Amino acid sequence: MKSLLNVSVGIIAAACLTMGSASADTKVGMITTLSGGGAGLGIDVRDGFMLAIKQSGRSDINVVIEDDQRKPDVAVKLADKMIQSEKVDVLTGIIWSNLAMAVVPSATAQGKFYLSPNAGPSVLAGKGCHENYFNVAWQNDNIHEAAGAYADGAGYKKTFILAPNYPAGKDALVGFKRYFKGQIAGEIYTKLGQTDYAAEIAQIRAAGADSVFFFLPGGMGIAFLKQYSGSGVDLPIVGPAFSFDQGILQAVGEAALGVVNTSQWNKDLDNPTNAAFVKSFKAEYGRLPSLYASQGFDTANLLISAVAKADVNDTDAFRAALKSADFDSTRGDFSFSSNHHPIQSIYAREVIKEGDVYTNKTISVALENHSNVYTQDCKM
Amino acid sequence: MSFVLIVEQILNGLQLGVTLFLMSAGLTLIFGVMGLINLAHGSLYMVGAFAAAAVAGAFGSFILALIAALAAAAIAGAIVEISILRRLYRRDHLDQVLATFALILIFSEGTRWVFGSFPLYLDIPNYLQGPVMLPGEIQYPLYRITLIILGVLVAIFLGLLISKTRIGIKIRAGENDREMIAALGVDISKLYTMIFALGAALAGLAGALVGAIQSVEVGMGEPVLILAFVVIVIGGIGSIKGAMVGSVLVGLTDTLGGVFLPKILQLFMDISTATNVGSSIASMAIYILMGAILIWRPTGLYGSRL
Repeated sequence: MKSLLNVSVGIIAAACLTMGSASADTKVGMITTLSGGGAGLGIDVRDGFMLAIKQSGRSDINVVIEDDQRKPDVAVKLADKMIQSEKVDVLTGIIWSNLAMAVVPSATAQGKFYLSPNAGPSVLAGKGCHENYFNVAWQNDNIHEAAGAYADGAGYKKTFILAPNYPAGKDALVGFKRYFKGQIAGEIYTKLGQTDYAAEIAQIRAAGADSVFFFLPGGMGIAFLKQYSGSGVDLPIVGPAFSFDQGILQAVGEAALGVVNTSQWNKDLDNPTNAAFVKSFKAEYGRLPSLYASQGFDTANLLISAVAKADVNDTDAFRAALKSADFDSTRGDFSFSSNHHPIQSIYAREVIKEGDVYTNKTISVALENHSNVYTQDCKM
Repeated sequence: MSFVLIVEQILNGLQLGVTLFLMSAGLTLIFGVMGLINLAHGSLYMVGAFAAAAVAGAFGSFILALIAALAAAAIAGAIVEISILRRLYRRDHLDQVLATFALILIFSEGTRWVFGSFPLYLDIPNYLQGPVMLPGEIQYPLYRITLIILGVLVAIFLGLLISKTRIGIKIRAGENDREMIAALGVDISKLYTMIFALGAALAGLAGALVGAIQSVEVGMGEPVLILAFVVIVIGGIGSIKGAMVGSVLVGLTDTLGGVFLPKILQLFMDISTATNVGSSIASMAIYILMGAILIWRPTGLYGSRL
């Protein structure tokens, strides 16, 4: 049934977008997560991306969308299919770092461009970087580095840190510690997919910390926050945006109020592109955009700006057009570092309640024009 | 390592144990009485959680939400049993696994169609919010204590149901010899539907209770399902008592292993390696426990057959 659904999504997407295809069309393959537990993220990236394409009014950008079901093997098969039979020029869409690691190196090796709207594993920023790989979101460490910088600036001296036991979780704690100068009261790696944090919360209580940093994406974060708020431990929490984003906040509810989290985007960032994006996204889909939607939107606008400047078949010119990042991003100033990852400011936001809706308010800049530490490892 | 922390972790282990018991009691009955491997048991857990979240959202009552969870899961279970699973009892286990796996996909995508892709909101009611002080200066969440008490009550209820009532006699008879009980005039297919609905209702109740402190989302049932299978293999298939003992064993091993292994390893190695190695071994702990018990008792602790 899933594959039937995928096919129909693909057909609808293709039908919507193939109006007036000419020979110089740019063909884009989007592989993202549209079913199962992590589907909310993929759907937001897709919706943000398609909104930008629609607003551009270009009929020469042709998007094929497929669902990777959050499985690396499915993603690899889809990428092969898109490259070989659909003959796409550009691939994009992947949410999870492990899927990106499975798809990106082989796609770029075959001369395709890959624009990442979310995952930014350190390997692809350092030793495994490639001239055709551009990350429009962040390098994985960035948001956590900003959380470390914020915690430091807020005067926390002894923080308890926890993340799931998998590569992105380890990157998170390393990134946090890189900018946090205080003492670490305790460090825990939890099981990936764990939903009960009673044991960890008891350890936090016993550790004598003055604050808590956690990276627990998706349902793990919801579970942790609800249990934390009921436990009687009331240390301040700092976290990356992933556990406090628009799609997830309503499920966390009151437990998230007042928590400071770090993000490169928020809906109140004061620039005209962002204001127009938030308004049009809400009008089009009837919900507030999330971080992921903004990333999808920016990815599409980067692509559109490059298509306007150069033909995708002229690889060098197209790459130069991408690299110049000549588009208005929803997060204000945006440029690429030497390893094709964003240089951008990362903000601290606070969870607030607007009417009935939980959302975020920007409170300060955590790291200004921040790049990443892997640039020197990358030889292009 | 303080005494308070140890007691708190033991309570955490017990609480995980009783929630696992709600899942595995139904699973073990269904497996034991009907010989059916039901992978879709986790989906019934999810159905319960979603029904509870929907009703709590609409009416704001947690008690109503729990009743809705019980009812929705029982009805979903009965429908599935009558329409699909009934045809599978005589087939071998591979066919059952295949069909119930398909049910997982259908339930997951169906739930996503109805409720959307974003996690739903379900919270503890105000009167169960917050921590309470236990003797010995132990601060523990009131809701988790309620979970432990509820789980124990359900266990007592099931124990009485199986050992003292007429239905219990039929269930035990069905487990031993299904031809004979049919020959004695018991409507076996009605009995099966009832057992299945009972198991489903317990899973739904577990989903709603746990959903309130975790996240109500598509696919939430599968990780618990794996643990529940470990529990029934340890406890012995078909035995409610085994499910109870197995759940508490698994709950305690999982919780205490995760906390104390890294601490113990820190005595020999530096903190980050110890955390790493410790959490990896802790993830394996329940499977090691299962292996050890199966070597000692191949049918599980209270099981009578393979």
